[in-house]
Amino acid sequence: MSSEPILTLTNVAKSFGGLQVLSDVNFELKPGEILGLVGPNGSGKTSVINLISGVHQPEAGSIRFDGAEIQRLTPHARVKLGINRSFQVPKCFISMSVRENIEVAAHFSGHNADIPAILDDIGLTGMEATPAASLTANQQKMLDLGRALATGPKLLLVDEIGAGLNPAELTGIADLLKRIAARGISMIVVEHLMEFLNKLTSRVIVLSAGKIIFEGSLEDASHDPEVVTAFFGGAA
Amino acid sequence: MRESWFKRARAGLITAAVLALVFSLAPNVYNNSSLLFMMMTYIVLSQGLNLLYGFTGYLPFGYVGFFGTGAYATALLVMKLHLPIGLAIAAGPIASMIVALVLGPLLRLSGAYFSIANLAASQILFIVIGNPNLQDITGGPYGVKIDEVYNPTASYAAMVVLVVVVTLIATFFRRSRFGQGLKAMADDPVSAEMSAIPVVRMRLLAWLTSAAVAGLAGALYAWNLSVFYPDAVFTLEISVFAIVFALFGGVGTVLGPIIGAGLLYALYNAIGISEPQYFQLIYGVLIVGLVMFLPEGILSLLTRRGINVF
Ligand SMILES: Nc1ncnc2c1ncn2[C@@H]1O[C@H](COP(=O)(O)OP(=O)(O)OP(=O)(O)O)[C@@H](O)[C@H]1O
Ligand SMILES: [Mg+2]
Repeated sequence: MSSEPILTLTNVAKSFGGLQVLSDVNFELKPGEILGLVGPNGSGKTSVINLISGVHQPEAGSIRFDGAEIQRLTPHARVKLGINRSFQVPKCFISMSVRENIEVAAHFSGHNADIPAILDDIGLTGMEATPAASLTANQQKMLDLGRALATGPKLLLVDEIGAGLNPAELTGIADLLKRIAARGISMIVVEHLMEFLNKLTSRVIVLSAGKIIFEGSLEDASHDPEVVTAFFGGAA
Repeated sequence: MRESWFKRARAGLITAAVLALVFSLAPNVYNNSSLLFMMMTYIVLSQGLNLLYGFTGYLPFGYVGFFGTGAYATALLVMKLHLPIGLAIAAGPIASMIVALVLGPLLRLSGAYFSIANLAASQILFIVIGNPNLQDITGGPYGVKIDEVYNPTASYAAMVVLVVVVTLIATFFRRSRFGQGLKAMADDPVSAEMSAIPVVRMRLLAWLTSAAVAGLAGALYAWNLSVFYPDAVFTLEISVFAIVFALFGGVGTVLGPIIGAGLLYALYNAIGISEPQYFQLIYGVLIVGLVMFLPEGILSLLTRRGINVF
């Protein structure tokens, strides 16, 4: 049933040492939906992605994906279920070529990836043999995304892929993410750039100091006093 | 398209065949077969160390611990339980894999912490086995003796087979998806997990394989020597040699450890035994030169020219 959520977070909490990084995080994502995740620096956006992808484990709450609880699974097991992500700071396999970066993910996930199509998506066609180490930072971000796509995800978590791009490049990435979503892949997009998010989705969640302070349309968020305070008013 | 299995393995098959031929024929033209045996032992140890270090980035300073464990498992099973030598040799790698499993949690440490903890573990094994209070069980500091199974020809032949086997294992690491997965983990373990690679399990598998290789080498060494003291199979020098030989040739390749062990062990014999003082000097200079000018081994001279080294 397409109206069943593909992802549900219930009362999720995470702390590092004494620092409470996330508390009482609750939200849902529908299949094929793009959800924007915004918030000031250090508000916990990347942590949400780390918990969903299994890089970190929550100490409370549950994460359901495709009808099953996943919060105790290893990251690679979650990848096989159909979750993947890109990294805010790209993490490519730097001793490998562009093609090998994608191949290795396709192979281990068991997904029959269309590698030329992925290379085309991420704008690296013709650079298959280029060492990942000699790509520009932006190209490495795209390769990171290509690695994620190669595993055939149903849910893609995109962490600040627009940072450092010029307006033309941003439009290109927004179009790419829309094309990916049109294939039925759900997405959580973490982004500081509001115009960029505006092109992708109308539904956003705003995090501040590890709590969800707003959920709704981007338009309403910009008029919400609590959101405005969180972003511009110093301490929330 | 991916090349056929045979095409990917071809370089390894050729390398293994050449090694088998060279070491089978060498005793006919060069009568110091114990030197040839030791050279093979170091080729195996350097390659076994390369399986771990060259493909996962974990440098086991205590690698000799697995060698000694294999040697002692074999010797003690023959001495105490009178097992047939074949079975006793099979027990060598099993014993070293058990030690590796017990030491498995060390893989959670990174970099120098792993290396030092592994070094300490090998020294603990050494101290326990050489302990005079355990003389009835381990032979203590007076060592072990299995001269009833002494057979230099058969043990030599078995070591030739091990050289072949280890070359083929290294080929598998170099040319398979498994090996590519290990490389990915070494580059970035988090990204590797996000490529569906079971990082912890694969790292453990590489660790066990590497330990088994050293254990089997130790077992064959015990058979070939048949009388030895604990320090003969637990001396840190064995770890150091295996590391230097592998690094000198170039880790992460199949040929590097073979070339490194072959050349440097020959050099060690040419000058090290008659004039140890010069040897230490030359070795020191070699190591410093290596670190400064060729940190990726002599084969990187080819790699830098765009030649893809096997
Ligand atoms: N592994 C970690 N160990 C300790 N603290 C951490 C760790 N990861 C994140 N934190 C802390 O958790 C808080 C939230 O970090 P997080 O990276 O999730 O924020 P963010 O919203 O993604 O920020 P940014 O916009 O800067 O990327 C920060 O205070 C951060 O210092
Ligand atoms: Mg972040």
